[in-house]
Amino acid sequence: MNGLSVIVKTTTRWVIDFIFLYGLFLTAYGHLSPGGGFPGGVTIASAYILIMLAFGKEKLYQNIGFKTISRLDCTAALAFLAVALLGFAYAGPFFVNFIQKRLPGTDFELLSAGIIPICNIIITLKVSASLLLVAVALSAVRVVPGGTDEQFQAEEED
Amino acid sequence: MFDLVTLLLLFMIIASLIALFTNDLLSAVIAIGAAGFGATVLFLLLRAPDVVPTHVVVEVLTLIILLRAVVGRETVTFAGVRPIPLAVASGVLVLLFLTFAVMSFSGMPEFGKPSMIANTDAPSRTYIAESLKETGAPNAVTAVLLDYRAYDTLGEATVIFTAIVGAVVLLRRRSRKQRQLPMGEQGGNSE
Repeated sequence: MNGLSVIVKTTTRWVIDFIFLYGLFLTAYGHLSPGGGFPGGVTIASAYILIMLAFGKEKLYQNIGFKTISRLDCTAALAFLAVALLGFAYAGPFFVNFIQKRLPGTDFELLSAGIIPICNIIITLKVSASLLLVAVALSAVRVVPGGTDEQFQAEEED
Repeated sequence: MFDLVTLLLLFMIIASLIALFTNDLLSAVIAIGAAGFGATVLFLLLRAPDVVPTHVVVEVLTLIILLRAVVGRETVTFAGVRPIPLAVASGVLVLLFLTFAVMSFSGMPEFGKPSMIANTDAPSRTYIAESLKETGAPNAVTAVLLDYRAYDTLGEATVIFTAIVGAVVLLRRRSRKQRQLPMGEQGGNSE
């Protein structure tokens, strides 16, 4: 038997979609309203951690594997740097908002502000993957007082 | 001057003191969480809605992760008398730090008042006046984070990346050579 009680699991099933949606909203509208890449990423990571706490680690690994998370983390870090370096190729200085310089969108619309929404999406991937990695790494090494390695193994297996 | 902000600050100070001086690790973690949620409400009262969602979720996550790390762990207590030269040296250092802190805080604007009101040439005036025209983002905080100070955000992302790599490397149970299966593949298919 994995995870927490039936009450927690049912509540999680009802709530989890809204948490994901709120995270995506915070990211997508980060340049228009309060929010941005970091809050969105943290919210999505907390949704995954809720899955991990309520249903157990196996359910999380069915959705997204450890390797996938770490690859996502590294890819997002490199992509952020790539967006910064593209400024050299297009307009001049590091991190220049080259899309806004070439194709200024309509203010207050979803597709506007050049590289800012792109950076928000990249930061969301980065932050959510990072925080999820921390939670997974910390829960993988749970220390039991006076426990032996067999107890670790049993705790990991069940 | 005994308004809500002052009450919240007092609450946070008391919670921090409890976290410092309690002997129980669990109540220390809970007191840290209380101080953090006080800070969240404080940001809301000081009209910084951009910080609030991040702060709430980070507080919850920190609380959960710390609880998972702390519960069931033995408490470490330090016993013994501190040597007198060491105590004197640390007291002198604290006094020195306090002096410089008071000196530097006296130049700051009043708590809760933006520095752009006191300073006519504060950079935040430029950000508020020009950010929509220059970056196209109506949210001035995002405009500063990802346009004016994007280099800072890149450094922040690097810091997170380094911290996570360090945590994962330090916390794994067996080294790469010793284990047959990677961490993720113990519980299910990771690919």
